[in-house]
Amino acid sequence: MLLREVEYARPASVQEALRLLGANDGARALAGGQTLINVMKARAASPDVLVDLADIGELRGIELGSDGTLEIGAMTTYSDIIGSAEARARPILGEVCNQIADVQVRNRGTMGGNVCSNDPTNHLPPLLVAIGATMTIVGQNGERSVPAEEFFLGVYMTAVGPGELLTKIFVPPGKGDGFASVPIGKDGTCIVNVAASLDGGAPRLAIGCVDAVPVLLRPDSAEDDAVRAAVRSANLDPPWDVHASADYRRHLAEVLALRAVAQAAGRT
Amino acid sequence: MEAVSRKTITVGVNGEQYEREVDARRLLIHFIRDDLDLTGSHIGCDTGNCGACSVLLDGTLVKSCMMLAVQADGAKIETVEGLASEGELNGLQQAFSDHHALQCGYCTPGMLMSATALLRENSSPSEEEIRKAIQGNICRCTGYVNIVEAIKAAAQ
Repeated sequence: MLLREVEYARPASVQEALRLLGANDGARALAGGQTLINVMKARAASPDVLVDLADIGELRGIELGSDGTLEIGAMTTYSDIIGSAEARARPILGEVCNQIADVQVRNRGTMGGNVCSNDPTNHLPPLLVAIGATMTIVGQNGERSVPAEEFFLGVYMTAVGPGELLTKIFVPPGKGDGFASVPIGKDGTCIVNVAASLDGGAPRLAIGCVDAVPVLLRPDSAEDDAVRAAVRSANLDPPWDVHASADYRRHLAEVLALRAVAQAAGRT
Repeated sequence: MEAVSRKTITVGVNGEQYEREVDARRLLIHFIRDDLDLTGSHIGCDTGNCGACSVLLDGTLVKSCMMLAVQADGAKIETVEGLASEGELNGLQQAFSDHHALQCGYCTPGMLMSATALLRENSSPSEEEIRKAIQGNICRCTGYVNIVEAIKAAAQ
């Protein structure tokens, strides 16, 4: 398909990328392109300038700190996570990345791209909210740190402002995690997904696909009744489409929350 | 560095070096098919779903309709044309033929590249691993059974 005319640059440093992004209101960062190139075909997005982050080495890689915190560069691909010995410190990361689309997409698609596109059906926004990740955002005026639960602002909108870049994702240590979804076909787009973490004392649940941003719930305990009560009291008002009615999505949210919590409980 | 709408890129395709000036908006699959005249890689859906355009980029399997040609500047690309040598099918291609792993053949170039990527990483994949490896490639004729059989046979 023929895209609208666009300008392209592939800077080698974050500073250079920020300069290019700041120089034009119509500039957008290009990560793996597995969403952006497609929406450009559909003309749902028509950036004037693409700033390709592929050559910025500091945006790639996975490091395991001495306290067990994982530091993941925004340009790290799903395949990098799946194949990384370090990332196994938080096993749910690789498990969920391995459920995204297919080999080709996992080879190009990035952690940063997944969260910055913030499609409500994406896997990683609810996962990173549930496991308490923290994002590092860099702009001309310096660097700031945003917890995942404050990062997602709306459909396709995040705390990364114009001219800014997500550079790193920090994931705290933990193993008591679960993820459950009903996708359209194996490893397809999620109809509803739920991530759960039982590591930080009170359980944390994040439900995806039912609102503009992941819905974070903190049930009183990991008992079934408490989980059900938490989902019901959230009064979810999910969208409906050809794949599922709003009622069915509400139903799935409850069922998948129980499954995600059960998986997490089996690992604590 | 400034952003440009047209750029000269250098890519190695199946061992041969090419230098071409391309629009930044040009998709890699169009560059491969129309600029380099290597029409083995197909465009099926042009939305990243069907995998008929799959190629290896620096050894990694990608869908060339979901990349710009300029993103491939400096890369080594392998396409289906690089599999056979001197008119002889390679083992994987021969296995596809022997096991009737194609009917219309439209998906075959992508299937072969996905299978090539799999077998390089894993010389004796299980059926489940084969199915996971070709998940990004849609075939509307065969029902996949013979494709899986062919890849299994090629692995042996």
